[in-house]
Amino acid sequence: MSPWLDFVLFSILAATAVGVVMLRHLFAVVMLGGVFSLVTAGLFVVLDAPDVAFTEAAVGAGITTVLLLGALTLTTRREKPATSGIAIPLTVCVITGLALIYGTLDLPHFGTPDAPIHLHLAPEFLVVREPEIDIPNIVTAVLASYRGFDTMGEVVVVFTAGIGVILLIGQHGVGRRSRKEEAEDEESPSP
Amino acid sequence: MRHHLILRIITKLLIGPILLFALYVQFHGEISPGGGFQAGVIAAAAIILYGLVFGLEAAERAVPASFVHGIMVSGVLIYVGTGVYSIAVGGQFLDYDQLDPHYPVHGQHLGIILVEIGVLFTVAATMILIFYAFAGRPTPIGEEEW
Repeated sequence: MSPWLDFVLFSILAATAVGVVMLRHLFAVVMLGGVFSLVTAGLFVVLDAPDVAFTEAAVGAGITTVLLLGALTLTTRREKPATSGIAIPLTVCVITGLALIYGTLDLPHFGTPDAPIHLHLAPEFLVVREPEIDIPNIVTAVLASYRGFDTMGEVVVVFTAGIGVILLIGQHGVGRRSRKEEAEDEESPSP
Repeated sequence: MRHHLILRIITKLLIGPILLFALYVQFHGEISPGGGFQAGVIAAAAIILYGLVFGLEAAERAVPASFVHGIMVSGVLIYVGTGVYSIAVGGQFLDYDQLDPHYPVHGQHLGIILVEIGVLFTVAATMILIFYAFAGRPTPIGEEEW
């Protein structure tokens, strides 16, 4: 894929991130968060990872944005101005960023065939998948069969998160709202 | 959003194809990219879109919360049940070969389809339930203040 596409997508990502930091209007920040996820999904497509792009577009740009909007209705629309200086946060961010960049220096180059992750287990999966599982999509074969226990853990994590949210902020909406409407009906005299 | 005619018409047109695409991602996942998780979030996005445009009550009439609760639990049960069944017939946990002892490859196919359905159920139901929980809260901010 053309490096220009990467350049454009990363520029949009950086601009969006700066916008999120600079803006005080939280509705705009939530929307920019959705834009960030959508551009990230585009990057995943460029990197030949459509599975992850699906998930990022649907969860990051779609559902997370909706949930953040729901959370936004419970708070104010504008972020309060910072009371302390920016020196300490800026220092922490710069040091962390430099450490991360330093960390990437040791990583194998993108797409290197002899990177450690391609040398252990992955070749075996590619060889034995055909007689053992016989489905064309190696990702599905690895996730659902070779790493089935791992995927089960993920499903249980999602399940637990759902249970947690339901226990914390209520069974579901309509019952709560109808009780509220009943209370309102009782307060206002019926005609 | 009663007054947004264009949004409502477009939403009605889109929900069917979104759900169909979720099923495609689910059942074509052994050949093309995708699988239970992706299909689950896409299906949930269709329901959430419906709830956003037509209101939470309409969404809960179409997909009742109690039904979604059942789907969420049954997803985990299908996944774990597949594993337990493979123990019961003499294999290891989640050893799909045991599902069809004569043709282990068919057992693998069956096992993958079952666990992906479990993933689909749990992921879609959890996303919808979280949306219901968030959207059902009373809002201190009026609609005009946006």
